[in-house]
Amino acid sequence: MTALNRTSPGPGNPGSPSAGFGVGRTLRLGASRIAYETRVYFRQTDTLFFTFLFPVIMLTIFSVAFQGMGNVGANPDGTGGISQAAAYLPGMIAAGILLSGVQNLGVDIANERSDGTLKRLGGTPLPVLSYFFGKMGQVFVTSVLQIGLLLLVASVVFGVALPTDGGSWMTFAWVYVLGIATSAVLGIAISRLPRSGKSATAVIIPPILILQFISGVYLQFSLLPDWLQNVAGIFPLKWMGQGMRAVFLPESFAAVEPGGVWDLGSVAIALLVWLVAGLVVCRLTFRWIRKDS
Amino acid sequence: MTSADTAVSVEGLTKSYGAFRALKGVTFDIARGETFALLGPNGAGKSTTIEILEGYRDRTGGEARVLGVDPQHGGLEWKAKLGIVLQSSGESGNVTVREQLTQFANLYPDPRSVDEVIAAVGLEQKAGTRIKNLSGGQRRRVDVALGVVGRPELLFLDEPTTGFDPEARRAFWELIRGLKRDGTTILLTTHYLDEAAQLSDRAAVVAGGELVDIGPVHTLGPDEARVPIVRWSENGVVREHRTPDPGRVVADLFARLGEPRALEIVRPSLEDIYLELVSSYESEQEQVPA
Repeated sequence: MTALNRTSPGPGNPGSPSAGFGVGRTLRLGASRIAYETRVYFRQTDTLFFTFLFPVIMLTIFSVAFQGMGNVGANPDGTGGISQAAAYLPGMIAAGILLSGVQNLGVDIANERSDGTLKRLGGTPLPVLSYFFGKMGQVFVTSVLQIGLLLLVASVVFGVALPTDGGSWMTFAWVYVLGIATSAVLGIAISRLPRSGKSATAVIIPPILILQFISGVYLQFSLLPDWLQNVAGIFPLKWMGQGMRAVFLPESFAAVEPGGVWDLGSVAIALLVWLVAGLVVCRLTFRWIRKDS
Repeated sequence: MTSADTAVSVEGLTKSYGAFRALKGVTFDIARGETFALLGPNGAGKSTTIEILEGYRDRTGGEARVLGVDPQHGGLEWKAKLGIVLQSSGESGNVTVREQLTQFANLYPDPRSVDEVIAAVGLEQKAGTRIKNLSGGQRRRVDVALGVVGRPELLFLDEPTTGFDPEARRAFWELIRGLKRDGTTILLTTHYLDEAAQLSDRAAVVAGGELVDIGPVHTLGPDEARVPIVRWSENGVVREHRTPDPGRVVADLFARLGEPRALEIVRPSLEDIYLELVSSYESEQEQVPA
């Protein structure tokens, strides 16, 4: 260690640039946090496996395992219908959105609270909003890559035909944006629950896994009993899955949905309600540290 | 001292956790440019005090001003003038030293150069290493680097040299002296009395949530605590005599015994004085009926 020399202006020096603690700074720092957070994300091998690659792995396993059962929705003579991979794809996309937001941020921020990262940041002039932008930007970037990979594997490896009409992709875009925003916000909100970083995965992963089973990710939603469908209908994953099925499944598959239609209006409303509820919870509960613990 | 000259001012500061009174009315000022050390045993209230001043904890009573602002309501512009080195840090550290410092420098309006700070804490060879792969002492140096990269007006150091080897501590002292020359105000807590003696202009001793003594380090403790001790061996028995005139005592001894065996004159070290301060505080507390 050596002494620091004084090459640049010191505190209170009239030559220092004015600080400017406005919206511009919040956004600029948010952007730099996105780059930082995304870089850190891809250095965590456990996150890479259990969040980023998980849907691709599950899609592969299910598609290969059930290949022998023939197409889904096929005629009695075995013709028609769609492949197992095509049937699983919308659910896996929805699961990816949930994992990238809720699971990723829930565990990540609980760890940062427990290991002192948040305390350290709370002592710096970083705006809380910039921190949130960093996290949400990381979720957005990593989830776009994740879903890109899912679509690539589905179409190249399993020959799933992707939609070719603009309308489907428009639906995809808004369901995705609403879904990922809701997921990210809920991840920040849920990060309050684990009492320590060590328990974070144990507290957050099981409910998310159960949600995937009852929301039509691993099991076909229309085959679940009504009461379970109603329970799943309280949570956002079911609606993301329904929205994605509307995008990727043939129109005729709408017949097995509850009510016989895709019901995109309800998808939008359910996700918006969860988004707003999540924002309110974040606003009310997020603190850098618990002040008197 | 006018408020413009005062970096930190604390008056009658109290803090209770339920029924436990962690701070029972602490009062002190720190001048701008001063290095001030808070000494005291574990649980004395050092960290509680420093965390109240950093804005991490709310006080129960009393007044506190830090750079003219109530730390309970310090905004981002206030935080931009502070540097905080916390007592412990356990970040998983999946970023390199340089990446982390660059990220933090970015948060401040007038940061120091990242390379300069890396060199100042002696981590040039480790700049590209991920923090999780550093040793404990090296990680502590990263903490210090993160605390100074924003060019703080006021630097809080909570037990900064824990885990340093002697060489690293000496180098750290040089770094702190450099910051002091630049006019940085420093509030330091430490267990190492020599560190306080080396670095601080003044020190306060805290015990049981109260300020036991405050002043320049060499004046701490009651005057009699600094009276030297003459010690020698006579007929196989170690004798000692506490006296303000050790020279005369030794001359008398020499006249009486010739060359005294095992002769030494001991001036109580800062550590002796500190231990005496803390133990006399504790024995007073025991005498007070609960």
